[in-house]
Amino acid sequence: MTDTQTISVTVNGETASAAVPVRQNLVDFLRNTLGLTGSHVGCEHGVCGACTLEVDGAMVRGCLMLAVQADGAKVTTIEGYGDRAAALRAAFIDRNALQCGYCTPGMLASALEYVEGGGGADRAAIREHLSGNYCRCTGYQSIVDAVCDVIEGESS
Amino acid sequence: MKAAEFLYERPASVAEALALLADEDRDATPLAGGQSLMPMMNFRLAQPGTLVDLSALEDLRGITLSDGMVRIGAMTRYVELVRSGVVADHAPLLAMALPHIAHAAVRNRGTIGGSVALADPAAEMPALLLALDAQITVQSAEGTTTHGATDFFLGMYETALEEGELVSEIAIPVAAPTDRFAFYELARRHGDYAMAGVAVARRDNAHRVAFFSISDRALRAFDAEEVLDKGGSVIDAVAALAELPYSGDLNAAIPTKKHLSGVVLTRALEAL
Ligand SMILES: Cc1cc2nc3c(=O)[nH]c(=O)nc-3n(C[C@H](O)[C@H](O)[C@H](O)COP(=O)(O)OP(=O)(O)OC[C@H]3O[C@@H](n4cnc5c(N)ncnc54)[C@H](O)[C@@H]3O)c2cc1C
Ligand code: FES
Ligand code: FES
Repeated sequence: MTDTQTISVTVNGETASAAVPVRQNLVDFLRNTLGLTGSHVGCEHGVCGACTLEVDGAMVRGCLMLAVQADGAKVTTIEGYGDRAAALRAAFIDRNALQCGYCTPGMLASALEYVEGGGGADRAAIREHLSGNYCRCTGYQSIVDAVCDVIEGESS
Repeated sequence: MKAAEFLYERPASVAEALALLADEDRDATPLAGGQSLMPMMNFRLAQPGTLVDLSALEDLRGITLSDGMVRIGAMTRYVELVRSGVVADHAPLLAMALPHIAHAAVRNRGTIGGSVALADPAAEMPALLLALDAQITVQSAEGTTTHGATDFFLGMYETALEEGELVSEIAIPVAAPTDRFAFYELARRHGDYAMAGVAVARRDNAHRVAFFSISDRALRAFDAEEVLDKGGSVIDAVAALAELPYSGDLNAAIPTKKHLSGVVLTRALEAL
């Protein structure tokens, strides 16, 4: 018998109610039940950062949170960043900061938290903040370039 | 890699949580930030019957200053410690170490109580609490007990915590202006678990030296402390590490751990 509970969660500004199996993690709920497949799943143990998304204003691992724990919370995924991430999106494209794009939703989420938190164009600090996100393609250089561009662009 | 079935409860009070944990039929396990327990459940290394989510227990959160102690509720998240002026001013050793503990997204949910209860031999917090002579308060349906950090961490993932008990508070003596602290760790990637690390505190010429990631638990290096208390050199202090109960892990065998413990201690003492 699967234990289920009914949750009500605001995802990208829209409220959704659903009965979820309590063992289901948040990212599976978003992908499988709500069809929001922007958040990716890599390792399911918190190491790769592909599932990083925003819950109540903080970036978290979507694979290490249960959907039932999001009851009453505000979740924002890559589909819902809108204008907030416009500069980062453009900089990622300009700098070729993605190849396959698998890590990109999580990278953008982490980068957005850094930029919105007032982080400086300090490569070491940016690397530290993004250290929990694996990219298997670009070697990070261009990702850090993109984040720097956004910060320098905004401060000038 | 999905967790096995379990029942889920989110109690609204500590008393309710303790009652759930005391109910033997439930095979209940507390869930704090989930940053270690969820991976363990996904790997099926842990298969609790009931998860008791502590996230609604506001009583277990917060950072206060009283009776010469920085008091930190068990459910206080790492990110709150990072942002805390009280921690920066009165527990500077924690402030030094926090950026090395996991990654930003993990620090947004991981809690100090979860780290203390888990007692991962590679985690920073147990060693920090040993170096700081911290006290750990534990609650059960029967009452409240306080342990000194040195008596709390007993082995690999093993603490003085008993079935049905919750870590409720961690208390750290306020740092005096003359106290000196140092922290150093070697990790492959920033934020990953270290291959070896050390926390050092010097108060009134008494040293406390605590290592992590070199043994099956966080441990104090009593012989090295004695050398330093007597004004011995860094080289002598490093030599005094030889008898520690080292153990290897996936990253490094015992000879490497021995070598790295000397490296981290040297670097920490140079910064003291
Ligand atoms: C990618 C990654 C990297 C990490 N790197 C590091 C690192 O470098 N250093 C480090 O120290 N940690 C690291 N962590 C672990 C993370 O910081 C831990 O999750 C945290 O320390 C444990 O806290 P939690 O609140 O998440 O506990 P949970 O995962 O919720 O719980 C851990 C254990 O403690 C028990 N428990 C929790 N709270 C209590 C309580 N109040 N009373 C009694 N029992 C309790 C639970 O039942 C469980 O057995 C990393 C994690 C990830 C995913
Ligand atoms: S899928 Fe969540 S961190 Fe890898
Ligand atoms: S772009 Fe391919 S993993 Fe980062």
